[in-house]
Amino acid sequence: MTPGLLFTQNGSAVSREEIPEHSGERFCETLISAIDGGWRVVSYFGAAEADAVRLYCILSFKTHAALGIMSTAVTGNSFPSLVEAVPQLHLFEREIAEQFGISFEGHPWLKPVRFETQLASLPAVPPKAPEKAGIMDFYRVAGDEVHEVAVGPVHAGIIEPGHFRFQCFGEEVMHLEISLGYQHRAVERMVLGRPGLRTLKCMEAVAGDTTIGHGTAYAMVVEALCGARVPAKAEAIRGIALELERLANHTGDLGAIAGDVGYLPTASFCGRIRGDFLNMSAELCGSRFGRGLVTPGGVQFDVGRELADKLRKRIDVARREVTNAVELLWDSPSVMGRLEGTGVVSEKDALDLGLVGPAARASGLNRDIRRDHPFGIYNVTQLPVETAKGGDVYARTLVRWLEIEKSLHFIEEQLAQLPGGSIVSPAAQLGENRMALALVEGWRGEVCHVALTDGSGQFQRYKITDPSFHNWSGLAMALRGGQISDFPLCNKSFNLSYCGFDL
Amino acid sequence: MIDTLFHMVLVLAMPPLLLGVIGKTKAAFAGRVGAPFLQPYYDLSRLMRKGVVISDTTTWIFKAGPAVTLAATLFAALLVPLGKHAAPVSFEGDMILFAYLFALGRFFTTVAALDTGSSFEGMGAAREVTFSCLAEPALFFALITLTRLSGTMSLTPMLNHVTSPVWVAAGASLILLLAGLFVVLLAENCRIPFDDPNTHLELTMIHEVMVLDHSGPYFGCILYGAALKLYLLGALFVNIAVPFASGNAFVDWALFALSMLVLAVAIGVVESVMARLRLIRVPQLLVAAMILTAFSLVLVVR
Repeated sequence: MTPGLLFTQNGSAVSREEIPEHSGERFCETLISAIDGGWRVVSYFGAAEADAVRLYCILSFKTHAALGIMSTAVTGNSFPSLVEAVPQLHLFEREIAEQFGISFEGHPWLKPVRFETQLASLPAVPPKAPEKAGIMDFYRVAGDEVHEVAVGPVHAGIIEPGHFRFQCFGEEVMHLEISLGYQHRAVERMVLGRPGLRTLKCMEAVAGDTTIGHGTAYAMVVEALCGARVPAKAEAIRGIALELERLANHTGDLGAIAGDVGYLPTASFCGRIRGDFLNMSAELCGSRFGRGLVTPGGVQFDVGRELADKLRKRIDVARREVTNAVELLWDSPSVMGRLEGTGVVSEKDALDLGLVGPAARASGLNRDIRRDHPFGIYNVTQLPVETAKGGDVYARTLVRWLEIEKSLHFIEEQLAQLPGGSIVSPAAQLGENRMALALVEGWRGEVCHVALTDGSGQFQRYKITDPSFHNWSGLAMALRGGQISDFPLCNKSFNLSYCGFDL
Repeated sequence: MIDTLFHMVLVLAMPPLLLGVIGKTKAAFAGRVGAPFLQPYYDLSRLMRKGVVISDTTTWIFKAGPAVTLAATLFAALLVPLGKHAAPVSFEGDMILFAYLFALGRFFTTVAALDTGSSFEGMGAAREVTFSCLAEPALFFALITLTRLSGTMSLTPMLNHVTSPVWVAAGASLILLLAGLFVVLLAENCRIPFDDPNTHLELTMIHEVMVLDHSGPYFGCILYGAALKLYLLGALFVNIAVPFASGNAFVDWALFALSMLVLAVAIGVVESVMARLRLIRVPQLLVAAMILTAFSLVLVVR
């Protein structure tokens, strides 16, 4: 085990004094040796202190369900960049640089992340005003036959805004640079202070399609800080809602992938079946996206015997329909020919970039928070982790389908054996001077929430890491050396969130 | 005279219906009701009533593009016989004019696309010309095979020559020819598996991306011209595939119209059961079409 880290578990809180504070040099050494030893960066962020910025790094080690925390205080306006040794830090470092005006020396690519105003600045360093979104120094390839294609931020479909800059040689993409930030709402700033109902609403809206994922992560943070125990029934309902969210989104994605290759039957059927799964979420709480279901301490809506039976019947119907629709895909050689070998992310690249969720599993990385750092209902029920080899669009499609099968099974099992009892336990006062962290495997991958409370039990710093934050670089890698006409298909196979990234 | 009238009415009025039938077929495969059969006509009338937005960076070429393309396609419509009838205009060697009228239309479409200076449209233009120069030999091999069979270079006698006895004599060659021609038909009209006429993803488009900047009546002309082109290449296909003639002109007209609708359903089926090809695979399929038609020629020359 690596020395120099404070060990903790998913969904727990530690006192801020216990977190080891290293010198800059020791911090870097510990981080590099931890990564060499198989640890993975979950979150790396700064928090303003009186005359310094304290950097916190949270690492995950798979086999012992261990999370490690350490910190260092930065007083100067620069800090050494570790990107060369630990590429998965590159976006985290850019984010810290943007939020606190710290320059990471040796970072090859210190560009804006979301074009946001600084959270805080060091004394004697005047804060810089951000550029307008999308105005930055794009990487360029020079040459006679090289051409640049700019797509977005306004797109042809009804999707979120993002700017994509391709450097092409004919149809071949040599490099893709993605510039986001158009949806920045400053959620992390909005939720500071004493948490309340409004905080929950903000959290559910971090990424609208991951309402349950972000809602659960936030609830776990609050529960850890006030030491609340969540009733068993509430844990089961949260699990069902999280898997329903996964089902709806995965089904929608399979349909969208089919639509992108021009294969209409699956596209149409999956579009409708996605609606059926959303309607099941609405049966639980009245909202198709699960708004208002999860609350700190439990859930707000009970599931009775009658509703459970009704849902089981509907799950059964949906299982048959989605199986039929998706099997059409596997049975069409033209679809398989289109998906296989398109947009490959090698296992090494996925590991280096620190990809998470189905995108990582499709590249052969066996990581899933539900098993590696189990929380809630997953402490008692194991879900098999599905991986694929190849890292291409086909693998990402296959992993989604396998996860759909497992989630359907999980929901049926949970509905059949719902425990009794209450669904919410009263929340208490938040602990003072503590750090709480929660990881949830949302449908897109690992959702990470970290909260630091001050001396009066209010949020002093709240850090959200959406899976999209890890995975956008994976999409850029998938396109490298590929065809520009394959971009929309690769994009669908990742289906990343713009607002979850932009916060 | 009455045949010319029928020819003009069919060729002007029927093409959008084919698109409607294709759309309905695809909807049926996808388990949807789909847009009405006449939807393409509604779309055209809506576009004709709309205003136009023209980019400041364009020149007269941008406006000439749709007009020249439609005019060239309309002229080509006078050269193809519909069913076992005579085309309004027919002379020795008109098959070459027919092929190059399409090339003229394509030239103006691509030049108009390049005129906008948009990187998307340039990409689309590059794709269009690359693929069409592979589709062209296939079309010519098919026409030369027919010339060899009928001994004429004019479309009307050439296609009217393909009757049941010819099928009996040169069936193998004609099957190869039809297969190649069907591929050309799909490729030239931007249907799946070559292009997806319904997609909104500009990076994957071939033909659609070249006309992104056109709007209103200009866009209407482009859509109508595309429907007409599908109709003409379809008529070429149907003339070879359906070698029957009853002798009664009206029955033959009805037979032709029905065959065209069946062809539209067939295209709809192909579009429903196939995914789009990866763009780098498109040339391979076009070369395959060329080889098919080349072999059909070999079979009749030997």
